[in-house]
Amino acid sequence: MPSFVIAEKCDGCKGGEKTACMYICPNDLMVLDPNEMKAYNQEPDACWECFSCIKICPNQAIGVRGYSDFVPMGSDLVPMMGTEDIMWTCKFRNGNVKRFKFPIRTTSEGSANAYEDLKGENLEDDILATETGKTLLEPIETPVWKQ
Amino acid sequence: MALPNKAVGELKCTETPEIKEHDVDILIVGGGMAACGTAFEIKKWADDDMKILLVDKAAMERSGAVAQGLSAINTYIGDNTVDDYVRMVRNDLLGIVREDLIFNLGRHVDDSVHLFEEWGLPIWKKDDNNKNLNGKQGLKLGQLKDGAKPVRTGKWQIMINGESYKRIVAEAAKKALGEDNIMERIFIVELLNDKNEENRISGAVGFSTRENEVHYFKANAMMVACGGAVNIYQPRSVGEGKGRAWYPVWNAGSTYTMALRAGAELSMMENRFTPARFKDGYGPVGAWFLLFKAHLENSLGENYAAAQSAKDELANYAPYGTGAIPPTCLRNHLMLFEMKAGRGPITMTTPEALQKLGETMDKKELKHLEAEAWEDFLDMTCGQANLWLATDTEPEKKRSEIMPTEPYLLGSHSGCCGIWVSGPDQDWVPDDYKWGDNGKVYSQMTTVKGLFTAADGIAASGHKFSSGSHAEGRIAAKQMVRWVKDHSDFKPEPELNAQEAADMVWKPVKTWFEHKDYSTAADVNPKYCKPAGMTLRLMKATNEYGGGIATYYQTNQAALEHLMDLFAVMKEDCEHLAAGDLHELMRCWEIFHRIYTVEAHTRHIMFRKETRYPGFYYRTDHNYQDDENWFCFVNSAFDKKANEWTMKKVPYHRIIPMQ
Repeated sequence: MPSFVIAEKCDGCKGGEKTACMYICPNDLMVLDPNEMKAYNQEPDACWECFSCIKICPNQAIGVRGYSDFVPMGSDLVPMMGTEDIMWTCKFRNGNVKRFKFPIRTTSEGSANAYEDLKGENLEDDILATETGKTLLEPIETPVWKQ
Repeated sequence: MALPNKAVGELKCTETPEIKEHDVDILIVGGGMAACGTAFEIKKWADDDMKILLVDKAAMERSGAVAQGLSAINTYIGDNTVDDYVRMVRNDLLGIVREDLIFNLGRHVDDSVHLFEEWGLPIWKKDDNNKNLNGKQGLKLGQLKDGAKPVRTGKWQIMINGESYKRIVAEAAKKALGEDNIMERIFIVELLNDKNEENRISGAVGFSTRENEVHYFKANAMMVACGGAVNIYQPRSVGEGKGRAWYPVWNAGSTYTMALRAGAELSMMENRFTPARFKDGYGPVGAWFLLFKAHLENSLGENYAAAQSAKDELANYAPYGTGAIPPTCLRNHLMLFEMKAGRGPITMTTPEALQKLGETMDKKELKHLEAEAWEDFLDMTCGQANLWLATDTEPEKKRSEIMPTEPYLLGSHSGCCGIWVSGPDQDWVPDDYKWGDNGKVYSQMTTVKGLFTAADGIAASGHKFSSGSHAEGRIAAKQMVRWVKDHSDFKPEPELNAQEAADMVWKPVKTWFEHKDYSTAADVNPKYCKPAGMTLRLMKATNEYGGGIATYYQTNQAALEHLMDLFAVMKEDCEHLAAGDLHELMRCWEIFHRIYTVEAHTRHIMFRKETRYPGFYYRTDHNYQDDENWFCFVNSAFDKKANEWTMKKVPYHRIIPMQ
């Protein structure tokens, strides 16, 4: 389902150095037309429909339209990212709607402990830095090739 | 028609790029789970003056195979033994695996999972009443490392709320390495050997997909970890839907091609993965089988995999086929048998499974169950969820079709192609699995000195998945620091200087400017070819001759030889690829990478005169397993200067006893 940009809602991220969708797209698909100040998906048949652009867009200006070669019209799938949860609105072709909310993170953004001050002890053994003090496992039985 | 011809993309190429040179001690090529592991670990071992740089083709926050998220972590040892983990991987991959690498990953992987949880990844928990709590509700039960119980689906898998999995892991990676040491939107396209020591990594070259800049790197040690290979065989959907690949469509085989062109030995490149998934949307099936206990039926309503005929067929592949869980390829094999016999389509019994589970549940629990089923897709394959919506498929009411996909090449999921690397320096590792320099062993180093890899890059050790890939990235980090300290007097002199390397990178742009005005349509011009057309040409050829979906994954010597002829001409034509904009230049180099990777795959299938992985591919002229002659690794090497490949058998050594 290639992403598409709703012309009315896209403001080109207000002429910032880079648009959010262009920054995030893992496949380099989202680009900005600098004359119109609107973003668009430049290669819809290379879209993995990962929703990264949709989730990051500050204006909710990006949607999806199912792949034309096998997806019927009429559905809609809209994520709303929060800091702790994501809300999904799922609209069926027949008009039924389901809503789901799932956790995405249990800590606040930016708080991941990178152990920046931690230094490993012995460069010559196989212990990783946060494993310091642990004993690494070895095969329980004598290796077959040694028997 | 609007002459003069213009490049389609917004970021037009200029005829001459700016060249930017970088001198580093360690270069990390890639930004996925492995590279994030490396970024997290490396400064904990490096001296303060060591210069380390990570380059990612995309943005780390959402790059690699976990960009979209995941609904499970498939490798967590927990209460199991690492020895049993090795046994499981070995059985799934039909016996021929590097048990040293698998064991080494297994003894580190839980530490990475514990870090993910600490950083904020919500992991489901089992409460005292054996009920499932999601990652948020389960917080009150504590963390895995303190003994909290995860929700196991299979023996090795644990459920997560993983929509933001990659964002969380990337956040820690970026903090640990420092934003100044990370360059995004730089696509490395070729590794450079040293002028004075051929089998030694010395540098790399790539370009920015945002500015007209070539980036030239000199390095003492390097890790290449840029995922597997996708869109190398014609997908089942050939219109817009070809982007809906099962594995990330941006994985272009860059890991394998760059390593092989630097002279690194590859191993088990004949292995591939053709996962059976929900048809068209390629949504995951693991939770449906393991958590919801659904099964597959043919069009006659038969649970064919439970039939005696299936058991008899699996017995032909003992001990693998008769194991507790038959190998992934053999499960495909059984499905293909039904499809070829005209008993398709194969459907997943989602309504029956949910109904059965519902018999012991109250309304609230049922609603929770329904949400779990949808989350499985929404966390990692949104497109499958949309396909259900567009086809009015409510899984409790309507079944969905399952079908094996087109082939993928990878080393981290249920596949094991990749690069031949040294095992850890342990006495339980056979000597011919260990190498390095000056009498020292460097774990995860390729056969090229100073060049390391991880995750999809490492051969013969599948089933690492996201967590194992991260752990392998961390292992490589420590080894690279060790390498640099032990080789502190090395002065890299890459085989190409910056200008020569830039000319090579920019060649498709030169071709564009030279010929673009010859015809009146930019994409139809006999003086050059475009990457979009070349990609279709590659996928058509592999599909028809290399055991793609067109032939139910069957091929033979004559077909493979013909495919090799087609590759040879494609590579000649790649000299005439043209790119008018930076996005197209990226596609030019990606197709170049894809062709070399599939060529390696083809050469390996041709060399191994047996069918080791029935269900993934069949050699109709050797449609049997031949343990007597082929219970060994197949390794290949490419000599860039002579343009020659060599193939060889490499002995397998068992470490962990059979049970």
